Amino acid sequence: MANNPYRWAVHLSVVLFVVLWTLPTFGLFVTSFRDKDQIAVSGWWTALGSATRNDMFRAPAGEGEVEEGGRFTLTGSVFAGAGGHVKAFGISSKAPDAFAAGESADLGDGESLTVAQDGTFTLAGPESFKDRRGQRIFFTATTPPAFTLDNYRAVLFAEGLGRSFLNSATVAIPSTVIPILIAAFAAYALSWMQFPGRALLVAAIVGLLVVPLQMSLIPLLRIYNAAGQALGFDPKSYIGIWLAHTGFGLPLAIYLLRNYMVGLPKEIMESARVDGATDFQIFTRIVLPLSFPALASFAIFQFLWTWNDLLVALVFLGPQDDKLVLTGRLVNLLGSRGGDWEILAASAFVSIAVPILVFFALQKYLVRGLLAGSVK
Amino acid sequence: MVQVWTALFTIVLGIFAAVSWFWGANFCLDRLLPARTGDPVRNARNIHRAGLIRPWLFLGPAILALGLYLVYPVWESLFLSFHGKSGREFVGAANYRWLFADPGFRESIINNFLWLLVVPAASTFLGLLAAALTDRIAWGNLAKSLIFMPMAISFVGAAVIWKFVYDYRSGDDAQIGILNALVTWFGGDPQAWIALPFWNNFFLMAILVWIQTGFAMVILSAALRGIPEETIEAAVLDGANGIQIFFRIMVPQIWGTIAVVWTTITITVLKVFDIVLAMTNGQWKSNVLANLMFDWMFRGGGDFGRGAAIAIVIMALVTPIMIWNIRNARAEMEGR
Repeated sequence: MANNPYRWAVHLSVVLFVVLWTLPTFGLFVTSFRDKDQIAVSGWWTALGSATRNDMFRAPAGEGEVEEGGRFTLTGSVFAGAGGHVKAFGISSKAPDAFAAGESADLGDGESLTVAQDGTFTLAGPESFKDRRGQRIFFTATTPPAFTLDNYRAVLFAEGLGRSFLNSATVAIPSTVIPILIAAFAAYALSWMQFPGRALLVAAIVGLLVVPLQMSLIPLLRIYNAAGQALGFDPKSYIGIWLAHTGFGLPLAIYLLRNYMVGLPKEIMESARVDGATDFQIFTRIVLPLSFPALASFAIFQFLWTWNDLLVALVFLGPQDDKLVLTGRLVNLLGSRGGDWEILAASAFVSIAVPILVFFALQKYLVRGLLAGSVK
Repeated sequence: MVQVWTALFTIVLGIFAAVSWFWGANFCLDRLLPARTGDPVRNARNIHRAGLIRPWLFLGPAILALGLYLVYPVWESLFLSFHGKSGREFVGAANYRWLFADPGFRESIINNFLWLLVVPAASTFLGLLAAALTDRIAWGNLAKSLIFMPMAISFVGAAVIWKFVYDYRSGDDAQIGILNALVTWFGGDPQAWIALPFWNNFFLMAILVWIQTGFAMVILSAALRGIPEETIEAAVLDGANGIQIFFRIMVPQIWGTIAVVWTTITITVLKVFDIVLAMTNGQWKSNVLANLMFDWMFRGGGDFGRGAAIAIVIMALVTPIMIWNIRNARAEMEGR
């Protein structure tokens, strides 16, 4: 079977592809559930097994000590709340693992220190531990994987992501709904109505598909500012951004819908026309329901695009805190909380959760739309 | 909460306005030029006239929006690019002269060309490879969906994901970015990847390649499936091996689709802005045109003339593809 090694190579290459394409996201996903102190000292790939760490704990200076027959004992846990297993401990930074867990270390002057496996330490000596600096305990411990929802709680309520989530939805949903109807009527006219200049209009739509957004920013900003000044309203409004997204989304919408409508069977339209149906009736009763797959495709595209957009939102909605959408908030956090991966990871997942859900739930329509929009 | 209600209210209002426009305009047209008047000659004339007007009623809102948001701005940008900071005084070609003398612009356009060379080629090639491989195995659809997934992630989200991959810790601290962890594991020295001039461009490009490969794969996979079986069977009978069949029989048959994928990604590359803004904001010599333009739009109160000039340069780079697309579309319409 000369085929066998070849088949293995195919399987292995696909596995490699999938790993490369999911690992970065997965890494950040795992990180978003980790404790922030652990994120800073170990890679996310260690989070799934138990991590070994070297740490230092300073015992409290006599707080909670017990006197018994002239000897003072002080007990507590080196883990301070978190769990784990102590493997070794020491009393100086030069030999942090001089003693195995459970052994007794001699501190001199009749004092001794024991650290048990579960992290309980016992300091014992003839004098009170008060009025001294707390004893330093160095230890090596394995910590079981610990996951937490604290990061999400922090970003949603303290970092303003909850607000931004609402803003993103406020931008994306109307921006998806408004262009659909406008585009559907235009696409019907371009595919099933006869009039001079039709071919020219279709060509213009194809051309407009690739006009870079950058062209529109400055002129529109000027129009918005002028209109805002003349009519006395805030030029950076939700209505402004909905209309902007509508304008920018229309070429793709019309193109996708027209490609789909042109392919509908001619006989249906003709028999409806013979029965006395007007264009308006043909459109609303026959073409619109039949075009549902294409409408769904466009809706998904437009939703993903408007939810993920940064540029249009920054220009037409502005960078003020109360109007910041998720992508804008994320860029701000990258600047202000650059190294705080617990904040960044959780924020990133809050912002990509909705598109990912939409993607997996409606992938079929997305693929269909892509194929209709690109293969010529 | 107020904003949710405003949004809902506007959706309803918007739909209502659109419906009433289309329905109302259509109703008025039927009233003004009735098709049943009892006089057959008038009927025919009315139907004919209504037929001339109706398409424009259907197209009206779309043409208005396209005109205002896409067509007019092209001219206005061209106009502004010959004007000063605020867009009032005429300055001739001064903005363009400044542009070509500016080191920031030179850096951006060189980087943009690098992006144009690497990203479409790499995404299309990897997409083709992924399509060819996943089509051969039982769990191919699952693999496809996972490779396709980055498509749904915003550029900014992707930037965060990859910034974490490239994360760099100085000194003896444990590396928490997986790339540096791998490098140190193999005995190399960790690097601050996105701050290495010139090479950082490629680390930023990797992000876009990662996003676009899925798109290329989905489209090319459909094209590969559309290849007639007979051509492949004939090649098998002639004794061709798998690789020969792929490159000599299958790839030549999908050149058209490869070109479409390539140009689509090229256009995305020209507009790329979010990735650079989020990763480096153009520092360490990684700037690109779209980010430079955004900078000039708002820097020091905004210089609309220079911003518009940069936008025109981007438009000029897109234009050949635009013409090519229009030609293809017209050829296809005539063939129908």
